[in-house]
Amino acid sequence: MIWKFRKKKIMDLFKKEENIFSVTQITNSVKRLLENSFGNVKVVGEISNFKPHFSGHWYFTLKDASAQISCTMWKSANARVRFTPEDGMKIVVSGNLSVYPPRGTYQIDVHSMQADGVGELQAAFERLKARLADEGLFNQELKKSIPTLPKKIGIVTAIDSAAFKDMVSVAQRRYPLVELFVASSRVQGEGAAENIAKNIKLLDSRGDLDVIIIGRGGGSLEDLWAFNEEIVARTIFEAKTPIISGVGHEIDFTIADFVADLRAPTPTASMELATPNKDDILNYLENYFEESTSIINSIISSFKDKISDLIISYGFKSHNHILNNNIQNLDNYLFRIENGLNNKIQKKMNELEIKSNIINSFNIDNILKRGFSLVKQDNAVISRGENFDFDKKTKIKFYDKEIEIK
Amino acid sequence: MSTKKKTFEDSLMRLKEISDLLEENEVGLDESIKLYEEGVKLAKECYKTLSEAQLKIKELKADLENDI
Repeated sequence: MIWKFRKKKIMDLFKKEENIFSVTQITNSVKRLLENSFGNVKVVGEISNFKPHFSGHWYFTLKDASAQISCTMWKSANARVRFTPEDGMKIVVSGNLSVYPPRGTYQIDVHSMQADGVGELQAAFERLKARLADEGLFNQELKKSIPTLPKKIGIVTAIDSAAFKDMVSVAQRRYPLVELFVASSRVQGEGAAENIAKNIKLLDSRGDLDVIIIGRGGGSLEDLWAFNEEIVARTIFEAKTPIISGVGHEIDFTIADFVADLRAPTPTASMELATPNKDDILNYLENYFEESTSIINSIISSFKDKISDLIISYGFKSHNHILNNNIQNLDNYLFRIENGLNNKIQKKMNELEIKSNIINSFNIDNILKRGFSLVKQDNAVISRGENFDFDKKTKIKFYDKEIEIK
Repeated sequence: MSTKKKTFEDSLMRLKEISDLLEENEVGLDESIKLYEEGVKLAKECYKTLSEAQLKIKELKADLENDI
């Protein structure tokens, strides 16, 4: 073995330094011995004192009833762990035994870790769920509403999956006006959660999508595990675009389902929830013609009613009264004008008659003055002898007076 | 972004707005008739757009180089 190979050198050391090691020398010797004799080991135990460092490395202790070992897991290795380790969780780690010289402790450099059975995965799920719930990631009042008429829908799923084909055919049938933007993603196995998170961010960062669907067909708890990982949960929570989750079957609940703004029981259902039904809209449009026509007709007839109400209203009648009154007034004025005119004419006529009588009487007076006299019977002038009646009373008018004879 | 051309969604929203306005019966006759004409025109356009629509699918690729 290597021990033998190095034996001579170490024996030299003993001689030279009288069997005295420096701390570093003995520690390094132990380190070499340990690392070389065990190689890769698998160890089962319970996590305690789990500390994720801000550098991304993990430090924890693996223990059982009577012993414990320090463990480190570098960032590059723990990025592939598909669950969030927590104290008390039973896991199987795989790694190399090593010594950390500054502390003189031995530890396992963990390369990979797995939950010790489905029960542990389930327990990890419950713990993460409880923790995220406490943090408020599932709060109902933070959930964004899903728009009813989406223009653009983002999809995070495996583009070659049956789930994707189902979603496309649902969209085609229900609402072909929508545009689908697919970010094809690994949905199970190593790195799936990171990939899903990255694709959600990619779609979310566009800013023009109305909703993002994250989906995957049915599978075992392990198959769906990526959707139970913290990184996916936090990415969904931070996204500005509303997110619908449609993972697995009706009975499968993932952490993603709890964080998402809306949970659909299946990928198919997620697209149904994201899209309105074309037939409903077409029906609405068909009804629209009928309904709006009947509404406009009733509006028109109600205006007609208003007009006829107006016509028989007092307002309009009073208008007639006013008109009639005015006509009467006008008649009255005309009547008065006419009367006034007639009176004036009459008056002038009278004056004229008086004057003409005077003028006439002056003519007779002049003749009488010259010695002529005027014979009158029955108040009429007798101008011819043959008209004289001896039996009648006769008046003779002289210039100075009128006498009556028999 | 099409700002000048009305999208289907905008038209459908407008249509609902118009039916509400007509049903409320608070707009005048001239306005009602204008709304009615606008609505019938929009409804015809929407009907045509939707019944002739074809699904569009685009694939986007995340920048996977940042994967560590």
